[in-house]
Amino acid sequence: MEDNSTNNMKQVIHRKLAANILQLGFLFLLTFSTSLYAQDGDPAKGKTLYNANCAACHKLDAPMTGPALRNIEKKLADEEGLDRAWLTAWIHNSAGLIKSGDAYANKIYNEYNQMPMMPFPQLSDEDISDILAYTAEEKAAPVVAAPTGGTESSGGGDGTSNTLILGALAVLFALLAMALVLVRRTLNRFAEAKGVDLSAQQKGVPIWKAFVQNQFLVLVSVILLLLVSAYFVFGYFMQIDVNEGYAPVQPIHYSHRIHAGDNGIDCKYCHSSARVSKTSGIPSLNVCMNCHKSISEVAPETLAEGKEYGVDYNAEIEKLYAATGWSPADQKYTGEPQPVKWIRIHNLPDFAYFNHSQHVTVGGIECQTCHGPVETMEIMSQHSPLTMGWCINCHRETDVKVENNEYYTKIHDQLSKKYGVEKLTVAQMGGLECGKCHY
Amino acid sequence: MSSNKKYWRSVEELNADSSIVETLRQNEFVEEIPTDEFLGNKANLETSSTTRRDFLKYVGFSTAAASLAACEGPVVKSIPYVVQPEEIIPGVANYYATTIADGFDFASVLVKTREGRPVKIDNNNLAASQGGVNARVHASILGLYDSLRVKGPQRAGENISWDTFDSETNQKLTEVMNGGKEIVLLTQTFASPSTSKLISNFQEKYGNVSHVVYDAVSESTALDAYQAKYGERGLANYDFSKASVIVSVGADFLGDWQGGGFESGYSLGRIPTNGKMSRHIQIEANMSLTGANADKRIPATPSQQKQALAKLYSYVTGQSVSTDLPAHLDEAIQKVASELKKAGSNGVFVTGINDVNAQTIALEINAALGSKAFDPSTPIKTRQGSDKAVMTLIANMKAGKVGAIIMNGVNPLYTLPNASDFAEGLKQTELSISFTLKADETASESQYIAAVPHYLESWGDVELKKGHFGLMQPTIRPLFDTRQFQQALLKWTGSDASYYDFIKENWSTGILGGASFNQALHDGMYVATGLNGVLASGPSSASTTTASTTLKEKKDRTFVGGIIHDAAVGVGIKDEDKDEYVTTSSTSSSTSGSAAGVSAVASVSGGDAARALASTSSSNGMELQLYTKTGMGDGQQANNPWLQEFPDPISRASWDNYVTVSATDAKRLDIKNWHVANGGLNGSLVELSVNGQTITVPAIIQPGQAVGSLGLSLGYGRTKGLKEEMQTGKNAYPFYANFNSAQSDVSIKLVAGEHEFACVQLHNTLMGRGDIIKETTLEIFNTKDKKHWNEVPHVSLNHVETPVTSPDVDLWDEFDRSIGHHFNLSIDLNACTGCGACVIACHAENNVPVVGKSEIRRSRDMHWLRIDRYYSSEDTFTGDIERKEAAKGLTGDTGIKNTLHDMEIAADNPQVAFQPIMCQHCNHAPCETVCPVAATSHGRQGQNHMAYNRCVGTRYCANNCPYKVRRFNWFRYNKNEEFDYFMNDDLGRMVLNPDVVVRSRGVMEKCSLCIQKTQKTILDAKRDGREIKDGEFQTACSAACGTGAMVFGDINDKESKVAKLKEDKRMYRLLEYIGTQPNVQYHTIVRNTTEA
Repeated sequence: MEDNSTNNMKQVIHRKLAANILQLGFLFLLTFSTSLYAQDGDPAKGKTLYNANCAACHKLDAPMTGPALRNIEKKLADEEGLDRAWLTAWIHNSAGLIKSGDAYANKIYNEYNQMPMMPFPQLSDEDISDILAYTAEEKAAPVVAAPTGGTESSGGGDGTSNTLILGALAVLFALLAMALVLVRRTLNRFAEAKGVDLSAQQKGVPIWKAFVQNQFLVLVSVILLLLVSAYFVFGYFMQIDVNEGYAPVQPIHYSHRIHAGDNGIDCKYCHSSARVSKTSGIPSLNVCMNCHKSISEVAPETLAEGKEYGVDYNAEIEKLYAATGWSPADQKYTGEPQPVKWIRIHNLPDFAYFNHSQHVTVGGIECQTCHGPVETMEIMSQHSPLTMGWCINCHRETDVKVENNEYYTKIHDQLSKKYGVEKLTVAQMGGLECGKCHY
Repeated sequence: MSSNKKYWRSVEELNADSSIVETLRQNEFVEEIPTDEFLGNKANLETSSTTRRDFLKYVGFSTAAASLAACEGPVVKSIPYVVQPEEIIPGVANYYATTIADGFDFASVLVKTREGRPVKIDNNNLAASQGGVNARVHASILGLYDSLRVKGPQRAGENISWDTFDSETNQKLTEVMNGGKEIVLLTQTFASPSTSKLISNFQEKYGNVSHVVYDAVSESTALDAYQAKYGERGLANYDFSKASVIVSVGADFLGDWQGGGFESGYSLGRIPTNGKMSRHIQIEANMSLTGANADKRIPATPSQQKQALAKLYSYVTGQSVSTDLPAHLDEAIQKVASELKKAGSNGVFVTGINDVNAQTIALEINAALGSKAFDPSTPIKTRQGSDKAVMTLIANMKAGKVGAIIMNGVNPLYTLPNASDFAEGLKQTELSISFTLKADETASESQYIAAVPHYLESWGDVELKKGHFGLMQPTIRPLFDTRQFQQALLKWTGSDASYYDFIKENWSTGILGGASFNQALHDGMYVATGLNGVLASGPSSASTTTASTTLKEKKDRTFVGGIIHDAAVGVGIKDEDKDEYVTTSSTSSSTSGSAAGVSAVASVSGGDAARALASTSSSNGMELQLYTKTGMGDGQQANNPWLQEFPDPISRASWDNYVTVSATDAKRLDIKNWHVANGGLNGSLVELSVNGQTITVPAIIQPGQAVGSLGLSLGYGRTKGLKEEMQTGKNAYPFYANFNSAQSDVSIKLVAGEHEFACVQLHNTLMGRGDIIKETTLEIFNTKDKKHWNEVPHVSLNHVETPVTSPDVDLWDEFDRSIGHHFNLSIDLNACTGCGACVIACHAENNVPVVGKSEIRRSRDMHWLRIDRYYSSEDTFTGDIERKEAAKGLTGDTGIKNTLHDMEIAADNPQVAFQPIMCQHCNHAPCETVCPVAATSHGRQGQNHMAYNRCVGTRYCANNCPYKVRRFNWFRYNKNEEFDYFMNDDLGRMVLNPDVVVRSRGVMEKCSLCIQKTQKTILDAKRDGREIKDGEFQTACSAACGTGAMVFGDINDKESKVAKLKEDKRMYRLLEYIGTQPNVQYHTIVRNTTEA
C-alpha cells in the first residue's frame, strides 16, 4: 500500500513537471510570435486588465453575457470595417454609441438581449491596446494529452521491479525449503545407518488423541469455538446495512474536492437548508447555475486532473446544462429541464429523527465531524457509520454549546450545579432519551 | 378407562365385510396418488437436466442469495428541485391562512404545508372571533387527496378538454338564452361578495338567469324570520359568553345549528370564575352534544317543543297562550321562563325548530329580554338557502321551463327529499352542468361534469358574518385539471381574467377601504372597520367596471419525488408569471341579489306566532327528529375515512347511522341492543316510514331520547363518488320533507334481522366511580372546601391515612424534574363540549391509521385520543355515588351486587360527561416497568416515550396500562389492500406528517404528547437563542381545541397558564390513588344547578 501511494506522488510530480515544461514552451513561442494588430500592446499586462475588467462578461472563445473576444479587433476590422477608434468609443461609453445611432453598435446591443455594456472610461488607450494584444493571442492548444504517456511508463517500471523482488523472494524460499527437505532426508539416512530406531521415539499417545480423550478440554474448546464464532457472526450482522464508505456513481460527477476544497466554497452556500431545516438538502440546480452560468468549462489544469479520475469535467458541466435546459451558446434557458436523480448516500431510517439545524446552527458542529473530509473527496462517500452507537457516543462526549444562547442560560446553570460539572454534555442535557430521536 | 365401545367414522365401517372399508384400511390415501404419471416416465426423467440434488442445490442457493441480498439496503434516489421556489425550504413548514366555505362548514383556517403540500389544518388564531375549526374542517384536508376526485371535465362520463367544454357550453347557453328559457344557477351558499358580483355579471349577460341558493340542511325558516324582523337575510349571531342563562329549545348550538361555531363563546362562560358560571337549560328530543353539556336537560318531542316554545313566550312576555302540554313540562317551562326573566339582558334564548313562527319567537324573546348575547350588527351570512326557491325551481324544471341548470357544491339528487322530482326535471333541461369534486349522485346524472379544485387549491372570499371577511387562497398547485365555478362564470361572461384578480379588484375597490390586500391575504381574514354600503347584500342595483385577470392553464405541473414541484403561490403573483395572466375589463349593469327567488316574509307578531305554534297538534305516531352528526355533517365528506371512523360523541358508534330510540319505546317495540362474544354491539333492525317513504335502519337505544321521539342522522347512505367501504348507513334525506328536521306521524316497526354496530365504547355508565370524572355543583363549589368535592385520595401507610401525593407512600424513588421543561396537559371538563376536533387533529398530526368497521368492532381502533362519554344511572352523577354508597351487604335488593347491576343501565334522562383520554404520561408509568425490551421509557420532560423500532409487540404495556390508551398495530395499515383507506394510495399518503413515523405491523403505539411539536418549539428557541414563552408549546389537540378546554405547557415555568391550572382547586389526576402520577390534569366538572 505504501509503495503505491509513493508512486502516485511521483506521478503527480512527473506530470506537473511535464505540464510546466510545455507551458513554458508555449509562453516562449507566444512571446516571439507577434500579432499584426497588436503593434504596441503588452499581452501580459493585457491579461491582468482583461481578467480585472472584462472576464466577468466576456470569454475569449465563447459568447457569455457579451460576445467572444478572441481576435476581436481583427474580426471587427475584417467583417465590419470598424477601427480601433470605434472600439475605444464603444469601450469608453457603449450607451452613448448606441444612442448616437451607430448601426453595428445597435446590432450588437440587440443581439445580446439589450444588455448594456458597462462604460469603462478609466481604461486608457494604452490599456485598451494591451487588452487587445492579449485577445489577439492564439488559442492555447490543450495541454493535457502529452504527459500522461510518461506517467504510465514510469508506473509500469515500478510494477516490474516489484514483481522482480517478489519473484526473487519466492525462488529464495523455494531453495530454502528444498534445502530443509534435503537436510532432513540426509539426517534420516544417517540415523538409519547408525541403527537408531526413529519410530521408538514416537511411542507416546499422539497429541490429537490425547486431546480427544480429555473431555474437559474438548468441552472448553468447543465453548471457546462457539463463543468466538458467535462474536464474528454478531460482528457480521452488526455491519449489515452500515454503509460506511458507500460511494455510488452519481448521474453527474460532482467533485466536492474542487468545489469545497480547491475553491473553498462554504458547505452551507449550497446546502443552505442545513442551517434552518432538518434536512441539509441536495442543492437545487439553480444554485449550481449561480456560478455555472459563467463557468462553462474548467481550467485546463483542472481538466487534466479530471483525466486522472477518468472524468471529463467539461462533459459533466454539459450534463448540468442539459438538466437545467441552459443553452450556453444563447445564454438562455431554452431546453426542457430534467431533474437530476442523485443517489442518496446518507440514508437514515425513517424511525430516526435527525435535524441538521440542531447540530449545525445550535451545536456549531462542523460538517466534517460527521461527513468526513468532504473537501478532499473527489467522489462523495459515507464517512461515518451512522449507527445509533455512533450517535450516542458523540452525545456522550460532546459538550453543549451554550455560549451566547439565552435558551440555555437557566437550564445550564441549574443542571451544571446538579451534576457538579463545568460543562454539560449532550447526554447530561437529556440527549440519550429515546424519544428525542424516535417518534 | 378402557371400553369396548366401537368408534366408527362411517356407517360403512360397521359392516364387517365391506370391501370399501378394507380398501381404505390398506390405502393411506383415498385417491390414487399420480406418482406413476410423474416418475413412471423413465425416459423423460433421465433426460431431465435437473436432478433432485440439483433442485435442492438451487433452492438452497437462492434462499441464501435472497437472504444475503436482503441485507443490502436499496438504492435510494433523491431528486432536488430544478429551480427551488423561494418560499420552500425542504424540511421546513410553511403556513397559509385560508378559509373553508364548502356550503356547510365555514371557518378561517391555517394550513400547514410541507414541501408544497398541505398536511394539517389548524385554527387561525387571528380569526378567533369567527368560530373554531370543527372535526370536519380538520378532516377536510383529506378531501384534497381523495383518489376519487374528478380529474378533469367530462361529458356523459367521457373525458373532454376544457376547450371543448367551453365551446360546447357557450354554444348551448346561447341557444338556451335565444330560446327564451331560463338559465338557473343552483349553488351552495357561497357568502362570497365576489361570487355575487360575478353572478350578477352572468345574469346581465344571459338575461333570464336565476340564482337559487340551496343548503342541503336548510336554515331557511330562521333566515326568513330574521329577514322579516331585521330586513337582512342572515342568521342571528350569539355570543354565549355574555349570557348567564342560556335556554335552548331544540337548538344543537354546540353542534351544527345555524352553521355552528358557538362553542368557544359558550365554553368561556362555563368555566367558573369568581364563583360564577352560566346556566344552560336544554329542551330537546335527541340527546345532542348541546344537551349533554347542559345543566338541566328536559326531553321533549318536537311537537312538545313547539308548544313549550309558545308557552315560554307567553310566560316571558305575559301574553297568554293555551297549550295542551303535560303538567310536568308546563311546570318546567314556567321555571325556565322565570329564570330567563330574572336574568334579563343576561339571558339568551335559541331554538332549532324549523318553523318561521318558532324562529320569530326566539328573536322576539331575545328582543324582549334585551339580550346582550345577541348581536344584531353582525348577522351570520353562511346560510343563504331558500326552501321556497328550491321548490319553485323543481316545479319549473318539471314544467320544462328551465333550459339550463348549472350546479356547484350541491348534490340535490342525494339531499333532496323529493329527489325523483328533481331527476325528472333534470332530464328536461337542455343543458346540465355539475361543478363538483366527485362524480356524485347528481353529477353522474348531469350532461357535463366540471371538475372543481378543492378549497385548498382555490381562490375565494367569504363574508362569514356581516363585516367579517375571510380570504381563500391556494396552498398547493391544483393537482388535477380543474377549474373553479367562478372562473367558469368569468369565461362565460367573455372574460379571460383570473378569479384571483377579480377578487383583488373587488376587494381593493370596495371591501378593504384602503387596507392592504396582501395583509388581508396573509391574515386570511379581514374585519371591516366601518360597515359601509359596499357590504350591504340583498337586492341591489349596481353598475360596475371590473378589471380582472385569469391564470392560463399551467402546464408545468410536475411531481418530483412525490413532491409537487411547482408549489402554490403564497402571496400574489410573481413577476415572472405576469405574462401568463391576461387582463381585460368589462362593464356591466345588473339588478340582482343573493336573495333571488325569496319572497319576503311578512312580519308576524310574536303573539300570533306563539298561538300558531301552540295550536300544533301532537303527533299520532312517533315523531322523528333528523339531525346531523358531528362527524358526517350533511354528507358531502362521506368519502373521508377519518370522519367515517370518527366515533359519534354521544352514541360512540362509527361507520353508521341508526335510529335512536328511548328505552321506554324500545321496550314497547321490542327493540334490543346486545353485546356479542367478540365484544361488538348488535341491534335490532326497524322499518321506519314517513309520508310513504320507508327505510330499514338499525336502532340504538339512546338514553335521554324523549319518549315518543326518534332520532336519525342525515349524511349517510351515499352511493356514488365514494369507495365501497364508505358507503355506510342509510340515506335519511327522503324523510326531510319540507326541509323540516322534525317529522310527525312516523311509524316504526321491528323487522327481522340484526345489525352489527362498530362502537368504541360499550360500557355506558360511570357506575358511581366519582374518582374518574369528578363532579360537583356550583353551590358546593362556592361554599365548601376543596376536600368535600375534590379530595386527594388517601392510602393507608402504617395504618395512617396518608394522601397519595405524599412521597412517603411512593414505592419509587422520585426523579428530580424541576430542571428544564416539564410538560403538562390540562383538560377542563367544564369547558370540553366533546366536539371531537382534537380527535381528528391528532389523526392528522400523528399519522394515525384508519382500521375500518370490522376492526373497530373488534376494539382495535387506533385513536390515540378518545373522548369517553359517560351517562349517569340516577338522574345525576352525584345520585349515582350516593346510591352506591348506600348499598349494604353483598346480595339483596340494596346489596352491592344488585346495585351495581342496576347501575349499568343509564337513566332515561341521564347526566352526561365527556372525558378526553390520551396517554397520561405517568411519571411512574406502569407500562414502562413491564416492557421486556425497554421500548417505552420516560423522558425528563415528562413525556412517556415509545420507540417503535424497539418494540417487539408483547403488549404487556397495554395490559398494564390503567387508562387503556395504548394501541396495537394488528396489521400493517399502510400500502395494504385490506385497508383501502387514505394510506393505501399515493395521493392519500401525501397527507402524512413527514416528522412522524408511519408505524408498521406488530408494534404498540400511543399518544406522544406531540413530542415532534415540543421538540420543534425547543429547537426554534435554541436557534433564535431565546427563552420559550408560555403558549408556544402546543400539542395537536390543544391547538385544535376551540373551547380552551385543553391547555398545554411547561409547569416548570411558574408563570405559565398550565402551571397555574395545576394549582387550581378543581385540578385532579385520573385514578390518582394508584400513584401513577400522570402528567395530564383534569378539572372537576361544576354544574350550575342553582335554579334562580
